[in-house]
Amino acid sequence: MKKTAFNNIHKSLGGKMVDFAGFEMPVQYEGIIAEHKAVRNSVGVFDVSHMGEVEIHGNDAFDYVQKLTTNDVSKLQLGKVQYSSMCYTDGGVVDDLLVYNCGKYFLLVINAANIEKDIEWMNQNKFGDVEIKNVSDNISLLAVQGPNSLNTLQKLTKFDLSVMEYYSFTFCNLAGQEVLLSRTGYTGEKICFEIYSSSDVKKSEELWNAIFDAGSEYGIKPAGLGSRDTLRLEYAYRLYGNDMNEKINILEAGLGWITKLEKGIFNGSDALKKAKAEGLKRKVVGFSTDEKLIARQGAEVYSGDNKIGTVTSGNISPMLNKNIGMALIDEGYNKTGTEIQIDIRGKKVNAKVVKTPFLN
Amino acid sequence: MNIPEDLKYTKDHEWVRIDSDGVAEIGITEYAQGELGDIIYVGIEYSIDGDVAKGEEIGTIEAVKTVAQIYSPVTGKIQDINIDVNDSPNDINTDPYGKGWLVKITPTKPEDLNELMDANAYKALIGS
Repeated sequence: MKKTAFNNIHKSLGGKMVDFAGFEMPVQYEGIIAEHKAVRNSVGVFDVSHMGEVEIHGNDAFDYVQKLTTNDVSKLQLGKVQYSSMCYTDGGVVDDLLVYNCGKYFLLVINAANIEKDIEWMNQNKFGDVEIKNVSDNISLLAVQGPNSLNTLQKLTKFDLSVMEYYSFTFCNLAGQEVLLSRTGYTGEKICFEIYSSSDVKKSEELWNAIFDAGSEYGIKPAGLGSRDTLRLEYAYRLYGNDMNEKINILEAGLGWITKLEKGIFNGSDALKKAKAEGLKRKVVGFSTDEKLIARQGAEVYSGDNKIGTVTSGNISPMLNKNIGMALIDEGYNKTGTEIQIDIRGKKVNAKVVKTPFLN
Repeated sequence: MNIPEDLKYTKDHEWVRIDSDGVAEIGITEYAQGELGDIIYVGIEYSIDGDVAKGEEIGTIEAVKTVAQIYSPVTGKIQDINIDVNDSPNDINTDPYGKGWLVKITPTKPEDLNELMDANAYKALIGS
């Protein structure tokens, strides 16, 4: 199993380690709900160094990324970040990703479980003067999230963090290290940062310790993959492998807003245009239930006796204290307000299609 | 890890406390609560006086991370169900051998009790 540079720290903090996408990662330290609330109420830190980073260099880098991804890279200014996806020619999703415009090159940030597959796909689709560099192993990535994340990190840099817009980034010195600091996250928090730094163990540990010293007055907590999942679910952020995959296309996943069909030809554009013109047959939507049982991934969704879909993600919302989730539901049953039933281990419970995000 | 000497244990990580009337009080072990993490719901599928068989699924424990089944360690009749854990399922995390108990069963086949593990055998099972 691969280890991130923070592995020893996780273990010393009592992190419960699990195999996630081939990496030994902490699913929780103190507890998922406590970590979830620390992020919502103050500040939490996630090690997400397992994520993949790929640099796209060369004179044709722009044309290449524009063809490879679904969002419109011509709208992505220097120093800005764009949420996007890569699709197969049939519109199924290869992966969702972040695209950074670094001027001389583009940085693509991809899911850990998909690194190998994505690199292969990128190479298959390569054209012109393009160099694809997988730099995943060189980079440590920490997500510092929550209302006090700015106050915490501001102590460690001269760069004025308050001027940073959501989905922008800068190269700066933080705690004595040159890092890429990004105003992004997967928690729904609007005050949120992700720090790309050297994967050197000593440097990574120094950075972690500096952040925790700076955040101690705010009760900063380490947070694991468990709360990362419950936090993203409250904002209905899609998770690759659950809410989208090679068989659930990007429009069905509800990610039409990152799919710019009018930008010109890109991988999957023909199939997606056709799918849109014909009308989507199913879509990922949010649901909530007053039942205490959690409808988890794979639970079947019914309208009376008719099977109309499948749960793609489900858990408790610690902030609403209510069970919520997302499900891929057939057309005709996926409008807000529709009453549905979900089979949870043989028991059919009532639920309702609701607007997302669940939290606002 | 707290594995009280005076309790009996199952391979499903449940503990059994036999009181002076021979009633078996049942809960999950500290190890089990730690593996499950934050517990948010307990559902016992039986009512008091219900007959259960050894090894039968009698309910579920829903944690944020996953769901676990509760199996009856003995054959018998349900004597009592801890309804307080419905309001505070976290008691199972914080006090698994006390406030976090789940059900009490009057065994009808007392020989079932002989098949339970003692604390040392359970410690060996979980590598503690």
